[in-house]
Amino acid sequence: MSGAPQRFAAQGLGAVLALIFCVGSGAAAPGQEWRLDDACPPGFEELAGGTCAFRSFYEIYGGSVDHGGLRAALPAIRGAARPQLIDLGRYLFFDPLLAADRRTSCAHCHHPDLGYADGRGRSMGLAGAGVGPARSGGAALSRGAPTLWNVGFLRRLFWDGRAASLEEQARGPLFAADEMGNSPEQLEADLNTIPAYRSLFAAAFARDAAAPITVAEVVRALAAFQSSLVSFNSRYDRYAHGDAKALDAQELDGLNVFRGFVARCSQCHIPPLFTDSEMAVIGAPPVPGLPYDAGAGALDPDPALRGAFRVPTLRNVARTAPYFQAGQFKDLDAVVRFYNDARGHAVPAGQALQIHWHIPMSRPMLSDADVAALVAFLGTLTDESMAPAVPPAVPSGLPVVAHSGSSLPR
Amino acid sequence: MKAASLTLLLALTWTSAGAATLTVNPGESIQAAINRAAPGDTVRVLPGTYRETVFIDKNDIRLQGVVHEGRWAVMDGESRLNDGILASGHGVIIERMWVRHYKGNGIMTQGANNYQIIDNVVEGPCFYAIFPQFGRNGLVARNFVTKSDDAAIYVGMSDGVDVLYNVASHSIIGIETENSRGQLIEGNYVHDNVLGIATTMLPGLPVKTAETTIIRRNFVVANNIENFAPPGAITAAAPSGIGILVLGTDTTVVEDNYIRDNRSAGVLVADTSFFVTTPDVRMDPYPDELRLLRNTYLGNGADPQGSVKAILESAGQSTGVDVLATGKGRGNCIAEREAVRSLGIRRFEDCAPGTTSAATLSMRPSQPVAAPEYTPEQVGRLTYLAVCSGCHTYNARLVGPPMLAIKALYAGRPAALADWIATPTRRRPEYPEMPPQAYLPEQVRLAVANYILGELEN
Repeated sequence: MSGAPQRFAAQGLGAVLALIFCVGSGAAAPGQEWRLDDACPPGFEELAGGTCAFRSFYEIYGGSVDHGGLRAALPAIRGAARPQLIDLGRYLFFDPLLAADRRTSCAHCHHPDLGYADGRGRSMGLAGAGVGPARSGGAALSRGAPTLWNVGFLRRLFWDGRAASLEEQARGPLFAADEMGNSPEQLEADLNTIPAYRSLFAAAFARDAAAPITVAEVVRALAAFQSSLVSFNSRYDRYAHGDAKALDAQELDGLNVFRGFVARCSQCHIPPLFTDSEMAVIGAPPVPGLPYDAGAGALDPDPALRGAFRVPTLRNVARTAPYFQAGQFKDLDAVVRFYNDARGHAVPAGQALQIHWHIPMSRPMLSDADVAALVAFLGTLTDESMAPAVPPAVPSGLPVVAHSGSSLPR
Repeated sequence: MKAASLTLLLALTWTSAGAATLTVNPGESIQAAINRAAPGDTVRVLPGTYRETVFIDKNDIRLQGVVHEGRWAVMDGESRLNDGILASGHGVIIERMWVRHYKGNGIMTQGANNYQIIDNVVEGPCFYAIFPQFGRNGLVARNFVTKSDDAAIYVGMSDGVDVLYNVASHSIIGIETENSRGQLIEGNYVHDNVLGIATTMLPGLPVKTAETTIIRRNFVVANNIENFAPPGAITAAAPSGIGILVLGTDTTVVEDNYIRDNRSAGVLVADTSFFVTTPDVRMDPYPDELRLLRNTYLGNGADPQGSVKAILESAGQSTGVDVLATGKGRGNCIAEREAVRSLGIRRFEDCAPGTTSAATLSMRPSQPVAAPEYTPEQVGRLTYLAVCSGCHTYNARLVGPPMLAIKALYAGRPAALADWIATPTRRRPEYPEMPPQAYLPEQVRLAVANYILGELEN
């Protein structure tokens, strides 16, 4: 079970058939009925009310949800959803019908093979072709797509933290002219012309199939699916839960650098979520050729927010290069060396930033061995064992984005 | 196995059969002994010098320096190593270690409950000499801490901590609690810092409240050294010469302290924005319900510095005061108002006669903080959901085979299934080999095997 997630789930086509054959993930041949999975995703437990609740080992530690540490409770994940709603969100997430160009799905920039990010410094939006660094021909955006792993735990969305919920967030790229370029009217009209979606929405929301599909339903389904992207079974987690051999000596050194007080990483990237969901001004370098990105400061005149960006989770961080809001650093070594340099050294002249107090250094204070250990430690935060299946087909009939599982036999 | 006794699932707490004592001699590694130790054990460190970072991620470990004829167990970072002691295990006791010259912190706990940091000497230069963070039920007592670039003792985002009888000097701040709830700071001698004792509410942190602090019977003397914090640090804004700072925290009691010769002010009460202007809509930045009870003030305010001086001057005063209050707190009171030289306390009420915190002897809970108890059945289900469900469903193929088939194969043989989970072998050519789950303790593997063969249903 190594490398990219390679799963091909049998869902919705009947237990007996699924037991005999390994069938596709809810795929329906033309004319066939589409069905939604009525089982909760991996890592989720079905509650009595029929909704799915996330379960992890971290709950056994109890304690305050606003505390962190090696064996601490996770912050609250967003509210439970019905499995059918999660599965509907999965189809929508991979369906290019959601974009004006009919070729850009959410997964083009939040790709399952690329840590649910896109491997690009700055994402490429509408009218592009391909995925990842090779994507071409589309609108150039000013920031990169953040990973969606564990996004259900975040209280702020977007690099500048401007959305307070995944529903609010989803409206951003859907209706941004250079991202998916759609309009609420067009999106609703398109979905309502597809009978499969009409019945799937009715099933997911347990409502009358005669009612029209609304944007509010679309973003709720997308939010439900994204909240099922959970990653808490890394080698780091095994160490946390008591397996002293899960990390090697260098990785343990890196853990100590991470939580220690020269680097102070864990003060904002608080375990076990590895973010505190706060906004932080760290003094990232500018992006050549682009106007200075003031982050949250572009939306709020408060001088303390100038240059502030949301603290990203470090879960699966080794899968989501390049780093920072526009990919200013190509790898984790470069990121660590940025922090291991004088406070504010990369801030362009004339930018008055109030850099976070935990950016302490006046000169490099981590040794090369410390830097290497820290990078090695960050690699232990990789876990995609709960990755959902990519649907081989979506109700619009449009092609699903290419991915590593595409060529697997089924 | 008792029916309801898996209190800690994977932390191997049940492996200890009687506590042991492991002895570390000079030339040996303290960490090697920690690695060998089991919960409940004591690691005794004999006098000598040790150059390493020690980390304790197991529960209930006692790290104890042995002092012999005045010679201590010294951990020396040589201004080269990052941190001295890092601990996350609950119930950790760190005592009588001499920790010096680490670039980061001397002693730091993160997420440890029921800890004790007692009788240590921690010498900088370092950032925090002693820094417990994210813990409930802690004791920081009788330590000698000096030369920190921030607070010598810094209690961060914690609940229920007693800070008793420490000596803190030559640091930016002697003792500080940050966004913490329930702390007793008593009997400490805090001298020759920039600022003596601070209880603070800071923005941008996950804990959004700071309340219920008792600062009592401390000797807060001559905290007048020049501020040596680097530009940009929050503490760079601290004017030299403050005895006690109440910054934005609620329900603080300041009682029976000896506050002498602090050149800017004996006590400063201020909103969070006095030091930090980062907005945080989810916190209340005003110090409310402060009770300034009877304290002894002598010779404070002789030479006000920085922002305190500016406030005094704008009020037409050239000399300092015992108590300076700025900002918008509500429900604050002061006792013996007429005995105190003050500025800004017009809105303070008189504390009711007889008001005292004397009945509160500790802020630590009466019982250690316990982890939630899980039955083996609950552990089995949780393990199935948290681990197995990534690859298995009840009745369909995912990565691995459906659990229906496993139930049939192992019916009545949970021990065999628990063994196989630890060291799987490939049985089905059409499936990938299952990764070994030997990291799960035997009891957990048995619990999940019982769950799969019993309770698990579609």
